[in-house]
Amino acid sequence: MSETKKEWPLWEVFVRPRRGLAHSHVGSLHAPDAELALRNARDLYTRRQEGVSIWVVPAAAVVASSPDEKDSFFDPAADKVYRHPTFYQVPEGAAHL
Amino acid sequence: MHFRSLLQAIAGNGHCCNTEHVYGNDFNVPDEVAGAGLGAGAPGGPSHLLDEVAAAERALREAGAARVADPGVAADGDELLRYFDAVIEADQKIEPRDWMPDAYRQGLIRQIAQHAHSEIIGMQPEGNWISRAPSLKRKAILLAKVQDEAGHGLYLYAAAETLGVSRDALVELLLAGRQKYSSIFNYPTLTWADVGAIGWLVDGAAIVNQVPLCRCSYGPYARAMIRICKEESFHQRQGYEILHTLAHGTPGQKAMAQDAVNRWWYPSLAMFGPPDADSTHSQQSMTWKIKRFSNDELRQRFVDMCVQQASVLGLDIPDPDLRWNEQRQAHDYTQPDYTELMRVIKGDGPCNRQRAAHRHAAHADGAWVREAAAAYAAKRNAPTTKAAA
Amino acid sequence: MTTSVDRLLALGDDALVTAQRLGHWCTRSPEMEEDVALANIALDQLGVARLLLSYAGEVEGAGRDEDALAYLRTDREYRNALLVELPDRDFAVMIAKLLFVSAYQRLLYRRLATGADERLAGIAAKAVKESAYHEDHATLWTLRLGDGTDESHRRMQAAVDEVWPYTHELFEEEPDLRAEWLSTVEGVLTRATLVRPADSWAPTGGRDGRHTEQLSYLLAEMQVLHRAHPGARW
Repeated sequence: MSETKKEWPLWEVFVRPRRGLAHSHVGSLHAPDAELALRNARDLYTRRQEGVSIWVVPAAAVVASSPDEKDSFFDPAADKVYRHPTFYQVPEGAAHL
Repeated sequence: MHFRSLLQAIAGNGHCCNTEHVYGNDFNVPDEVAGAGLGAGAPGGPSHLLDEVAAAERALREAGAARVADPGVAADGDELLRYFDAVIEADQKIEPRDWMPDAYRQGLIRQIAQHAHSEIIGMQPEGNWISRAPSLKRKAILLAKVQDEAGHGLYLYAAAETLGVSRDALVELLLAGRQKYSSIFNYPTLTWADVGAIGWLVDGAAIVNQVPLCRCSYGPYARAMIRICKEESFHQRQGYEILHTLAHGTPGQKAMAQDAVNRWWYPSLAMFGPPDADSTHSQQSMTWKIKRFSNDELRQRFVDMCVQQASVLGLDIPDPDLRWNEQRQAHDYTQPDYTELMRVIKGDGPCNRQRAAHRHAAHADGAWVREAAAAYAAKRNAPTTKAAA
Repeated sequence: MTTSVDRLLALGDDALVTAQRLGHWCTRSPEMEEDVALANIALDQLGVARLLLSYAGEVEGAGRDEDALAYLRTDREYRNALLVELPDRDFAVMIAKLLFVSAYQRLLYRRLATGADERLAGIAAKAVKESAYHEDHATLWTLRLGDGTDESHRRMQAAVDEVWPYTHELFEEEPDLRAEWLSTVEGVLTRATLVRPADSWAPTGGRDGRHTEQLSYLLAEMQVLHRAHPGARW
């Protein structure tokens, strides 16, 4: 078996910093399996109580959009300003919108 | 020069780094010397350092709001390069899956790996005193610090891996002596005061380089550095505090502190690398915002900072020619022995072989454990894999 | 109600000696992630040791603080169980010791957390959560080594066999805790495809200051600097 094959797989780590916030990507680590990946993530990325919840995902399982496709992927959203609330004029007197 | 102005100078408009010779940390001191410009609330103290790190983090977020005209799907090489240059010019971050010149990629891999190796090898000289720390409080602080270094090495390896190289490959290069780490760690920690001297001088030299790294043009590296700088806000303080306590302790303790400063001063100056005239890699790194300040410029700033700090400690900097130059508004000082630096970098420092052997042994002794964990995981994954196939 | 000085020293010394052994692994673990994990556990144990030794010093009332107790007692005055001072010959031995001692500490701290000594109860309430994490870490590794490769199985079984006799001493003071400890530990060993050793030899003496030959070396290293500068502040 080659040295590279023996390497523990790579895991991407996501931490929810506090209640009410989404998990965000904080980095990666190596671990032989999910259980140890979770423990390692706790020890590595939350030594200073940075999180209330952790996700670990095998890096190989992440499907990413390609930067080469970013025109077709993201630009169509650029002209859909109606998705943003500031697109709309709120009539005077209408509250809580 | 005042530490605050230094930080403004290097962080305010800086973009990136020279970790090639430096490993680093951050700034702090006992409260009683706050008036000297280093205390928690004083200008240049840790709060200012953290301000600069926070500013880098804000800049990272804000720069992302600007849009750089996209080269389009079928861009050719020239257009990709123009786009890459435009992103850097706009102070935006390059991200892992972006096109980048091969030299940029290779240069970053080399630099980030070297930085990561420095964190990992740098655990050894300080780790040498965990078992003998002279109080339980010091033992806990030192253990936490060395643990942080392991964590920071891991953050950095993770950043390097986003460039398409595996950590194992980098560790192999380290073990084979084909990638370097900061030569400072090839000096021995002979007494407890060396732990203090490393915190004050080595971590102090490193901070000068690390704060600007938070603005490096490569996103994963910049983010790792922001995290590292924030976490290291106690490292230099603990070192300075150790020396301060020793310098104000028994005659034996004070002698121990002075001896440590005598031995670590010139190797710390050498951490900034060879004089500018002899420095390679610099120009392209500056253009790509991987590096921002010259070795000599940073070394001068470090010396100017240390003079004041040494006087607060009541310890002497071992340089009879060290004096204020009114004309230059900076200290004249004796250069470190660059022949020695090159000798240590080439492998003939006091501890090069020992550091490598230690890392080798840990890696080799742990092989059966890593294999066991992989085998255990394989047994559990086997049915799933079959089903998927 | 206060606990006896000897009892507090026994608890504190267990934690301190465990931390001292674990601290050695930092830079020497099989993988860098494990350096971080073991340092975390060492820091937890050290933190509890400091609280317990400080308390012991106060109860004793002779003006000894945590450092006086840690650095200026000889091995004959240490009260830790023999198990924790055994050398970590390899990663498997370290894990076996950690599994056995953390399972014991978790049960003991859980009991002390509701005990009559309020100060000790406070310390134990903090420590019990940490012990559960240490036990979890040791359990995960026992499973991986026991059910990993042939070599790791052999080493893990040898480690368990080697340190098992020393676990009896843990329950001299609270014999009734052993049943629950056994059911936990036996469960882990079974899942790890390891054989639970038979009970026979049961070395003892740690709580009375009669240790293995190893403790004196451990303390010599730990105390050398502190003792070289009598009365100094650090």
